[in-house]
Amino acid sequence: MQFMLLFSRQGKLRLQKWYVPLSDKEKKKITRELVQTVLARKPKMCSFLEWRDLKIVYKRYASLYFCCAIEDQDNELITLEIIHRYVELLDKYFGSVCELDIIFNFEKAYFILDEFLLGGEVQETSKKNVLKAIEQADLLQEI
Amino acid sequence: MEAVNLLSSNRYTEKQIGYLFISVLVNSNSELIRLINNAVKNDLGSRNPTFTGLALHCIANVGSREMAEAFAGEIPKILVAGDAMDSVKQSAALCLLRLYRTSPDLVPMGDWTSRVVHLLNDQHLGVVTAAASLITTLAQKNPEEFKTSVSLAVSRLSRVSPSRGTELDTDRCAARSQHTCPRCLIPRAVLQIVTSASTDLQDYTYYFVPAPWLSVKLLRLLQCYPPPGPCPPSRGGFGGPALRPLSEPNLLVRACNQLGQFLQHRETNLRYLALESMCALASSEFSHEAVKTHIETVISALKASSFHVAVGSVLVPQTERDVSVRQRAVDLLYAMCDRSNAQQIFHLLHSKFHLCSVPTRALLLSTYIKFVNLFPEVKGTIQDVLRSDSQLKNADATVLEEMPPFPELHAVSVSRPPGAGRCAPRAHRTATLRRRAARGRFLRLTLRGRSPGSRLRGQLRQEIGSSRSILNSEDVKMFTEVCLAVSAVLAPSPPSAEAAGSGRRMFIFYGNKTSTQFLSFTPTLICSDDLQANILGSVAPRPLAEAACLCVAHRYGGTFQNVSVKLPITLNKFFQPTEMASQDFFQRWKQLSNPQQEVQNIFKAKHPMDTEITKAKIIGFGSALLEEVDPNPANFVGAGIIHTKTTQIGCLLRLEPNLQAQVKRLEGIAEYA
Repeated sequence: MQFMLLFSRQGKLRLQKWYVPLSDKEKKKITRELVQTVLARKPKMCSFLEWRDLKIVYKRYASLYFCCAIEDQDNELITLEIIHRYVELLDKYFGSVCELDIIFNFEKAYFILDEFLLGGEVQETSKKNVLKAIEQADLLQEI
Repeated sequence: MEAVNLLSSNRYTEKQIGYLFISVLVNSNSELIRLINNAVKNDLGSRNPTFTGLALHCIANVGSREMAEAFAGEIPKILVAGDAMDSVKQSAALCLLRLYRTSPDLVPMGDWTSRVVHLLNDQHLGVVTAAASLITTLAQKNPEEFKTSVSLAVSRLSRVSPSRGTELDTDRCAARSQHTCPRCLIPRAVLQIVTSASTDLQDYTYYFVPAPWLSVKLLRLLQCYPPPGPCPPSRGGFGGPALRPLSEPNLLVRACNQLGQFLQHRETNLRYLALESMCALASSEFSHEAVKTHIETVISALKASSFHVAVGSVLVPQTERDVSVRQRAVDLLYAMCDRSNAQQIFHLLHSKFHLCSVPTRALLLSTYIKFVNLFPEVKGTIQDVLRSDSQLKNADATVLEEMPPFPELHAVSVSRPPGAGRCAPRAHRTATLRRRAARGRFLRLTLRGRSPGSRLRGQLRQEIGSSRSILNSEDVKMFTEVCLAVSAVLAPSPPSAEAAGSGRRMFIFYGNKTSTQFLSFTPTLICSDDLQANILGSVAPRPLAEAACLCVAHRYGGTFQNVSVKLPITLNKFFQPTEMASQDFFQRWKQLSNPQQEVQNIFKAKHPMDTEITKAKIIGFGSALLEEVDPNPANFVGAGIIHTKTTQIGCLLRLEPNLQAQVKRLEGIAEYA
């Protein structure tokens, strides 16, 4: 995976994770363009589109768009499942997650993402393990 | 700076925030980077696995070259250390992968590679997942080193995925992995069920699919190596990339049929993926035939229904609303195109040609040219299309010659004015018609007649767009202006061209400002006999009483249009300005006093008498403006020579304006025998 973006219906960026080195300017440009492109899609359209030389896989959960950019040889369907798995993780952790949770606890969202994906690859697919790791970290915080 | 301090704190919270900061605000401040690396190093070697994990995450997130330099040697050690925690191992694997991707040269191969392969056998599936990714990338560069991973991957895969039981493939798979009794299916099946019910897999079961991500990764790893024997195709949705390592023909055919069913699935995503996978399969010789059988399905999915999907968009009006799916369908059509169905596919694509926007059309044209080279039987049809389309350059043999790289847009003489949407087709997917906003519907073309007869080319821009059949008075005025203006008509042709001096060349520019193609575009030249005889570049020795007329007939929007335009081929166009001194001028003036040689006209000035404008008009007329020749400074004097094939005719003219009376007197004298 090259990057993952989370943004609202209004185009506000809630989370961005870049797995390739890019300058700030480039990141902003990509974000802007991609947000526009994805928001312009109708609801019935398929979750995949080609943009520049990347494949974009996106899915809308309530008011948030989860958008991943993958390379040519990556599997689109499994990326959809990655998105879904991430949402499940967030849901389990926050309990019926909504956009506000991500806004106010964005650092937790990043940590969960880091446990799940690393360097653009799937690291740990067991929900239990990921959440266990986060909980351990949370415990340490209490100390 | 604060962030670095936080990093070195012992409190987890602070450390965590510090790392978050660092990951987000990476800068190239060398001082800070040194400090950061130091802190990270400390954490890497820490006893606390959580801290180590944080450090590894940071390295993976940043992945800069400096970090690679510092840590590329350390991480493999962590990876294969016997006492490392599972979470640390999996993070280390992916961290190493990230470093390898950014700086492959800094990651040394060592004896850790064999140990990494063994990670595939690890109990913890997270470790296996991470290791699989790492090995896949490494194996692409060093296949020899990681060859042993193949058998391990296969065995792991078979342990994870439920087998189909009756297939011979599974046996071969099992035999290869030296699993239990290869010929005995029953114990094997039992083993499978037991394994998948075991606790370690329960956690990794995703909606009744055991460890899907892991399976896909292992399959991807196996893709790097020649297949040991066909492996059972993974189920349903994740099948896409898994199909590629298969080499057994009937499996491929079955896969193809399965995909064919998906083509009409309700869910758009499945349709998209089916098209994409079939596109990949079409390239394989085994499945190409099977793919072709589905052409009807593909076409019917694209076929026109009674209503149009407008929006300057791609290809065909159809039932498929999603543009991404349409793109894939066209890709597939292109991929499955071969001798048997080239005609069919070509006609399908071309039937919607006239509905496409400019960049799309250009793409289609370049695709046709490719077809010409690949499929000779379609060549004739395509050439006809190219020829009959009057907007194109004549199907010249050179254009259709195969040249690498393929002829670009410009080769077909279709240029877009600045500001039109830019079309960027991918070199290997020219059949993919991208949807671009159809800005700039102006198609500017250069018609170049190839037939030897007509050398008449004129750069006279006329607006042919409305249904005017006869020019009105306005046009007459414009006509006159054009006659006088130098820029509207080309200057004398360059000496390198034919008939220098006596010949004049005119370029005619046809602009189509509408979005609809003009059909049956026929320009006809109507002129007097005199002119006709002299059309071939030479000049009429006699004055042209009546200007030539260009009649353009075309079909626009279903109705015939006929536009007649006067061509400014007048005698003055053949003037060559000559300079001469005052004495010479008046000498000749007196000489040529024969009434036949002289003409005089007194007329009332219609416009205010402006010196500059008058001068410009005289120059535009073609004669040289002779300054200070006439004793009366208000007068304008000009001289020129008309070159004909046979003779040269000198002409003198004199314009005397009378400001009080607002009249002008124009006298012209020519040496005309």
